[in-house]
Amino acid sequence: MSLLEVDVKNRANLGKPDFIAQDETPESVTESISGVIYGKTYLWWIVGLAVGSSLLGIGGIGLFWLLAKGTGVWGLNMPVAWGFAIINFVWWIGIGHAGTLISAILLLLNQQWRTSINRFAEAMTLFAVACAGLFPIFHTGRPWLAYWMLPYPNTMRVWPQFRSPLIWDVFAVSTYATISLVFWYVGLVPDLATMRDKAKNMVVKRIYGLGALGWRGAADHWHNYEKAYLLLAGLSTPLVLSVHSVVSFDFAVAQLPGWHATIFPPYFVAGAIYAGFAMVLTLMIPLRALFNLHAYITERHLENMGKVMLTTGLIVSYGYFTEIFMAWYSGNTFERFMMYNRMFGPYLYGYWALILCNVLVPQLMWFKRFRTSAFWLFFVSQFVNVGMWLERYVIVAMTLTRDFLVGSWGTYHGTIWDWAVYLGTIGLFLSLVFVFVRLLPALSMTELKMISPEGKSAGGHH
Amino acid sequence: MATQQKGPQLHGLMAEFATPTALVAAAEATRDAGFANWNCYSPYPVEGAWEAMGHKTPMSKLTFLGGLTGAVSAFGFITWTQVVDYAWNVGGRPTFSWPAWIPPTFETTILLAGLTAGIGMLAVNGFPQPYHPVFNVPEFVRASNDRYFLVIESADPKFDRAATTDFLRGLDPIGVHEVDE
Repeated sequence: MSLLEVDVKNRANLGKPDFIAQDETPESVTESISGVIYGKTYLWWIVGLAVGSSLLGIGGIGLFWLLAKGTGVWGLNMPVAWGFAIINFVWWIGIGHAGTLISAILLLLNQQWRTSINRFAEAMTLFAVACAGLFPIFHTGRPWLAYWMLPYPNTMRVWPQFRSPLIWDVFAVSTYATISLVFWYVGLVPDLATMRDKAKNMVVKRIYGLGALGWRGAADHWHNYEKAYLLLAGLSTPLVLSVHSVVSFDFAVAQLPGWHATIFPPYFVAGAIYAGFAMVLTLMIPLRALFNLHAYITERHLENMGKVMLTTGLIVSYGYFTEIFMAWYSGNTFERFMMYNRMFGPYLYGYWALILCNVLVPQLMWFKRFRTSAFWLFFVSQFVNVGMWLERYVIVAMTLTRDFLVGSWGTYHGTIWDWAVYLGTIGLFLSLVFVFVRLLPALSMTELKMISPEGKSAGGHH
Repeated sequence: MATQQKGPQLHGLMAEFATPTALVAAAEATRDAGFANWNCYSPYPVEGAWEAMGHKTPMSKLTFLGGLTGAVSAFGFITWTQVVDYAWNVGGRPTFSWPAWIPPTFETTILLAGLTAGIGMLAVNGFPQPYHPVFNVPEFVRASNDRYFLVIESADPKFDRAATTDFLRGLDPIGVHEVDE
């Protein structure tokens, strides 16, 4: 780094809080992060897990009834053969995307603030993808035959239709789940070694030791590790962009008004990151307060996440605007009617609530006062969480209920069983998050040590 | 070679350091002294340590090969299923409609490259490895926390128990420990 660059960098950091408190040492990092796990169990944790697993129980009842009766218990009908299942699938997959963005893209862009939040965000990705995956599998109606989607030699002698975006989706989502898991686990191995070495109980030591695989921090191992980590980041970056693009092809390749649009891939990817950052903030803000992690998740982290939300929110707003413009500019009666129907049809509340949640409320992020306030960030994130769900509801329900022929129009409403399964996945997500923060280091000790003053003195970079 | 003694055999000698800069300085001194079988241990990556060891990583090449395997096998497999094994005539469109096969080919490329990078790295490092002599040193528990270690193995041709201990003492460590095999 040239002197000029150093100077510019120092000036840029002037007067801003750091990404890690400057009195942190490798030892204090180990103590605080492993202390979260080896410390006592708080009442709020038990309450949180109880809420999560209760919701999960509701989902279990919903799935039991679904399997006993068939997909008819959902609000699906003709013309709306895709309902909550696809809405929730897209919503969850989108939420997962922020984790990959934080762990991979921000790593490649050398954004050090990702370090404190990447482990947690990666775990969130895995849990969100697990929730997402349930919907298409159960939507098939016979989930025990879901393996039919994979190309394997079978007695029927048929192969999957590789020209269909639905099969691309199988490849995209399963690759995404696998690579996210590998990336997360590779990052976790050295931290599991720390947990093993800090364990006082022999059984606990063995369990973490199994996960650590015998990691001992040898320099040649670290070299391979660093290279592999960088390669995984480089591979995950196009992967995450491809996943939501492929998800958007499920819609865009169809010929229905409101779906058949070239804006879909970029607009879906931006929406995914938007929703994901809202979810990271939703989980991170309470976690930071409850575990007292202010030294590692600073005001600057929160502010940066607010900025990313603002940016992606503006891209999403531009997407909404483009949809309106293209409906008019296309001169196509059906496209124009679709947009009129969205704004003033039977589901107008959904559309305007979406505009309120995703376009208007997040404009608060322009102001530093709101961006640096944990309360306001949490407040805005809740709007975005709801707004991104409404976006998919608007796209799916409004297009399918009013297509080309008036004779095939219908209505769509989720039933109690749709809601039960949806709440169940929220419960699954919350339960996994609560178990994760209690059993595994939620912040990467290795990477925090690298950005601590001592780690930086060794020329630690990333 | 270690001489046969009473009790466990000697795996090597371990010097313990408090800072990463001390570790890098010691690694450079060890290299300059002409040792061949030695390694550094740290709680996080210390670039100077593997640079002093002259270590080269095969991960880039392996990952490229993994990705290449994924790309070629996915595209070839899809072509075979759609053109050769069970050709569907959909409205007279060409059976070899390769642009539609790019998304699954891309995903498989990433899948195999990513698995090679992640799982391959663990394999190249020799994991899972349930036992290693360095764990016999009680102080080594801090290698995953806040201490830095350098081990010269007894397998090194230049290794001599007394002389190497003196050499390590000269590097200004917190302590020098014997590592039992």
